Amino acid sequence: MAKSALISTSMGVGLATGLYGISFGALSVASGLDVLQTQVLSLLMFSGGSQFAFIGVIAASGIGGVGVGAAIVSAWLLGIRNGFYAVRMAPILNRIGLAKLLPALLTIDESTAVAAAQADEGDQKKGFWYTGLAVFVFWNIATLIGAFLGDAIGDPKAWGLDAAAAAAFLGLIWPRLVERQSLAVAAIAMVIAVSLTPALPAGVPVLVAGAVAIAFGALNLLAVKVK
Amino acid sequence: MIINLWAGIILASLAVYSWKIIGFLVPSSVLNRPIVSRTAALLTVALLSALLGIQGFTENSSFVIDARLPALAVGAILLFLRVPFIVMVIAAAATAALWRLFFG
Repeated sequence: MAKSALISTSMGVGLATGLYGISFGALSVASGLDVLQTQVLSLLMFSGGSQFAFIGVIAASGIGGVGVGAAIVSAWLLGIRNGFYAVRMAPILNRIGLAKLLPALLTIDESTAVAAAQADEGDQKKGFWYTGLAVFVFWNIATLIGAFLGDAIGDPKAWGLDAAAAAAFLGLIWPRLVERQSLAVAAIAMVIAVSLTPALPAGVPVLVAGAVAIAFGALNLLAVKVK
Repeated sequence: MIINLWAGIILASLAVYSWKIIGFLVPSSVLNRPIVSRTAALLTVALLSALLGIQGFTENSSFVIDARLPALAVGAILLFLRVPFIVMVIAAAATAALWRLFFG
């Protein structure tokens, strides 16, 4: 792909992702974080699914009790897919020692996807860097705008922000519901999490649902048999 | 154990970063086994679905059906129509806000 086409793809992905950073910023403030705390999540954690998970658990549990601990573990477990992206990107980026630190931060869904879509290794490397940096810049600017908006609008429920948070999770899970096993796990996880919510401290039901998924994965339950 | 929110933000950020840096450090043979990648994919689905359930259908630790249900239905239709993420989220929020305005 020509360099200019690659840059415009990366900017487009960055802009689109950034737009949903506005919803992250607003929802984060609505769940009880302040503007600076929200911004630090986007700067240091820099992984949408984990960030939404962190503020989602805080919103449900508050910051007392096991809430913050459960939020940490939820965010951590949701970040696992980035490890697999890093495995794919490491030989392409070919960085040594401390030079791995920055590309590791930028290893997310979007940078890996754009890199994977390129034909030769030079373009894969460029696609990763352009997209990773574009998303980082747009995501952080958008987070700041969203956080100030969220701070300004008052009652989050009157604006439907609680529904927006649920819709954000729906949008994140949607492309992953590709076959019977993931659909079954999604359904079971939701039933477990909702039905355990009255009985267990907030945040814990999410982790129980995650444990069930690990059992499904390890035993390969309900998988479509390959003929 | 009660953890301060700031400490939680830093710890969680480091925890998420740990996966990324581990991926750059370990030999690919360890993480590229089918059981490991399958379990990781299902873990992601389960956590997102659990969070969707709690964010969509609970309030103060009890099961609640309210304006969020029609909002999620609108969101699902828009996702099916391949509408961009941000448009879908705004439409869901607007649905819930209008629902509460008209139906209390």
